[in-house]
Amino acid sequence: MLFTSYGFLGFIAIVFVLYYLIPRKCQWGLLLAASYLFYFFAGPEYLPYILVTTVTVYIAALRIGKNEEAQAVYLKAHKADLSREEKKAYKETQKKIRRRWILAAILLNMGILAVVKYTNFAIANVNSLLGALGREGRLSFLDLALPLGISFYTFQAVGYLIDVYRGTVQVERNLFRFALFVSFFPQLVQGPISRFGDLSETLYKEHPFEGRTVSYGLQRMLFGYFKKMVIADRILVGVNAIIGDTGQYAGAYVLVGMLFYALELYADFTGGIDITIGIAETLGIRLTENFERPYSSRSLKEFWRRWHITMGTWFRDYIFYPLSVSRPMQKFTRFSRSHLGETVGKRLPVYLASFTVWFATGIWHGASWNFVVWGLGNWLVLMVSESLEPVYERFHRRFGAGGKCYHLFEVVRTFLLVACLRLFDCYRSVPVTFQMFGSLLSARNWNILWDGSLLALGLSALDYGILALGAVALVSVSLLGRRGSVRDRIARKPYPVRFVVWYGLFLVVLLMGAYGIGYDASQFIYNQF
Amino acid sequence: MERKEKMRKIIKIAGSALVVLVTLWLLQRLLIPKYVDDVVEGAFIAEYYGEEKDFDVIFIGDCEVYENFSPAVLWQEYGINSYIRGSAQQYIWQSYYLLEDTLRYEVPEVLVFNVLSLQYNESQREAYNRMTLEGMEWSLPKVKAILASMKPEEEFLDYVFPILRYHSRWSELTGADVQYLFDKKQVSHNGYYMRVDVKAAGDVPGGRVLGDYNFGEKAWEYLDKMRKLCDEKGIQLVLVKAPSIYPYWYPEWEDQVEEYAAEHGLRYLNFLELREETGIDYDTDTYDGGLHMNLSGAEKLSRYLGRMLSEELGVPDRRGEEALAGRWEAKLAAYEAEKQAQYAYYDMEEP
Amino acid sequence: MEELLEILGELHPDVDYEVEEALIDDKILDSFDIVSLIAEINDTFDVAITAKDIVPENFNSAKALYALIQRLEEEA
Repeated sequence: MLFTSYGFLGFIAIVFVLYYLIPRKCQWGLLLAASYLFYFFAGPEYLPYILVTTVTVYIAALRIGKNEEAQAVYLKAHKADLSREEKKAYKETQKKIRRRWILAAILLNMGILAVVKYTNFAIANVNSLLGALGREGRLSFLDLALPLGISFYTFQAVGYLIDVYRGTVQVERNLFRFALFVSFFPQLVQGPISRFGDLSETLYKEHPFEGRTVSYGLQRMLFGYFKKMVIADRILVGVNAIIGDTGQYAGAYVLVGMLFYALELYADFTGGIDITIGIAETLGIRLTENFERPYSSRSLKEFWRRWHITMGTWFRDYIFYPLSVSRPMQKFTRFSRSHLGETVGKRLPVYLASFTVWFATGIWHGASWNFVVWGLGNWLVLMVSESLEPVYERFHRRFGAGGKCYHLFEVVRTFLLVACLRLFDCYRSVPVTFQMFGSLLSARNWNILWDGSLLALGLSALDYGILALGAVALVSVSLLGRRGSVRDRIARKPYPVRFVVWYGLFLVVLLMGAYGIGYDASQFIYNQF
Repeated sequence: MERKEKMRKIIKIAGSALVVLVTLWLLQRLLIPKYVDDVVEGAFIAEYYGEEKDFDVIFIGDCEVYENFSPAVLWQEYGINSYIRGSAQQYIWQSYYLLEDTLRYEVPEVLVFNVLSLQYNESQREAYNRMTLEGMEWSLPKVKAILASMKPEEEFLDYVFPILRYHSRWSELTGADVQYLFDKKQVSHNGYYMRVDVKAAGDVPGGRVLGDYNFGEKAWEYLDKMRKLCDEKGIQLVLVKAPSIYPYWYPEWEDQVEEYAAEHGLRYLNFLELREETGIDYDTDTYDGGLHMNLSGAEKLSRYLGRMLSEELGVPDRRGEEALAGRWEAKLAAYEAEKQAQYAYYDMEEP
Repeated sequence: MEELLEILGELHPDVDYEVEEALIDDKILDSFDIVSLIAEINDTFDVAITAKDIVPENFNSAKALYALIQRLEEEA
């Protein structure tokens, strides 16, 4: 079910009305029922996947939690009659048990994710290997459907399990409550990836109807629909035209495609998240923000702190940190420092850990080499700029590069860097990306930018006008947002002004949205991950 | 104080709701295609509802009825009060539900249905669905017609709120959209689409070979429903095939219709085979090379059909009814006026 | 505490660690800083800071970090 389908809108309208009509004690139960109904509409054949993940993670976490409790009880009871060594030994055995549970659950669930998402990728690689070796046989591809939101809910469930293991959250004893955490329907489409500690505080609470929260939620949704339908779905036509014909659209067109895609992805993804967070808000539930004005970042590192935040922190907290402070890694650090010198030796382990993270980030975005190369491309840029930091600093100090112009330069540079790296995502093939990037560097057809060729991409002059105004609106709202909530600001205005603003935005979406017959409402770019 | 506060709130909400509803309603009217200055075929279905509904003969079908029969001639020469509920590429399920819709108002003595649409077993184009269905007033038959007609990419809600379908038309609005915002100009003559110009039929290509000449199951199903409903209401069903030489009418199709008509004792007139009797001349009686009849052709067909309707089926001559005759007088004047306007437009002499 | 301030000082000489209370929240320390910090601390104090200890509360100030180290020393 797409966010933009009538069915979805009708669905959330019904859920909304029921949510505030039924006794508040039943609210979260209704959300669970709605989430499973939503999942059923998306494809009944996917239900077993989410059920298996829910139940296995629930059980494993419960076991770990109970073990922890039993340990505490045991230690308390035997406080006097156990020696320090005995206590330590007992703790070790208990920890081993907990570790067994967590490993089994993680392996199973990540295994499911790996199988449905990466089997065919692996088969394709084996096949090309066989081809390269001159062998005859080929493995046939499996017909595996990718369950809706599997990457999101698996990550969310595994994150919870690790938190329970680390003791940072209380274990959830109620299977149904836990099932809601895993399946909460607005998040199933494209995230954000919530933490149990954050979401559980608001998800299960009783939420009385509050006009302000509801209208804020609706406003946020409306703005999301504006981004998605007026901007993203409109420019998508141009993006597809350019990507679809690499022969014709080379050289300067690659730059155009790059910029189009940057706008499209931003409007689509942040718009979708606005809709998700807005829906939750109308229900009184707060979700974690996933973006923080990413395109105003001054470095790639900063960009990744502001773009798809919940994914970034997930990889950081559950892969990067454990990996880089793990005992083998610490040993390796000592080793490399003594053998390779302070500067290099200190960095090497961190680089290694972050290589792993970026490899995983790449392949998380899609099971193909272009995503891996994209991830590692990000890694490479990050590592190079990290290593060159002292050089930068000297440069900055010498030339006094702290002014507004330099700031702007950094923002533009970061934006272009991000957009360039995304070519791997656009063209979906590593050689094609390099070829197209090469054609951009040697472009001679700059005249297409002003000779009317851009009108042949399926976008009319009017479309460009709407897109330009839309982009200006996005930038303005984003800049306004630096100084506090834009919705607060509007809410302080007199009623007629507010009415004109919000009803006007509604009419813009209604009239200028790219929906219905003639427009192929594109699937959210992120919902198959 | 509190009451005052409450009142203000109610006024605020009611006022906003009113503004929203009125602007949306106006926008919707503005954005819906008007079908007045071009593609007038889209306006025909709706015009029926403005009529005094006591017709003795109702035509239902596609261009094979609305371009080929002139109710004005049927009235002038035989006193037959008739109306054509025709629309472009009207599919047979739509024809059937238009019959159901018509029966909400009146029960005619004769229903004339054109068989060409049997060739389609499913809706072909959304635009044609729109032109037929949007003209219908809301009723159960309309709902059923929409459900039977929608293509997979269509949404029912888009019919309920056409603004959702036409939302992007704001960039192509013309003066006509404002001019006909509330009142539309009559474009048909009791459903008849008049054209006086002439374009002789030249060489018309034969039909291309089809994989299967059998009419589809859904098409037959609706023809059966139509026949049964006519039986039930005591309406005489007459099947016709217009003399259009293109689209090609396959002998295999002809056989199926003849067989069906014989089996159920229906009258079936194939005007392709009645050229001598009707006097159709493809050099003078068509305006687009044989696809459709012009005024001259339509009047010839009407005379022939009218004779059959009154002599064989006993459709009454109502020229004596004063009120009806009065209405027709105005209609005939409009008919004549458009005729003259078209002759002037095409720079022709009235034959 | 002296040793800790020394380690921290090496990372960002321009920060006054005695008063700064939002090293994480204000994004003064990034993930790379934290990892190298942990490596140094583990070596110097002979403790084992693990992934579960990496939460803002423990890293926002030198004081909090020192408290963490002391806690870990006790446990060991």
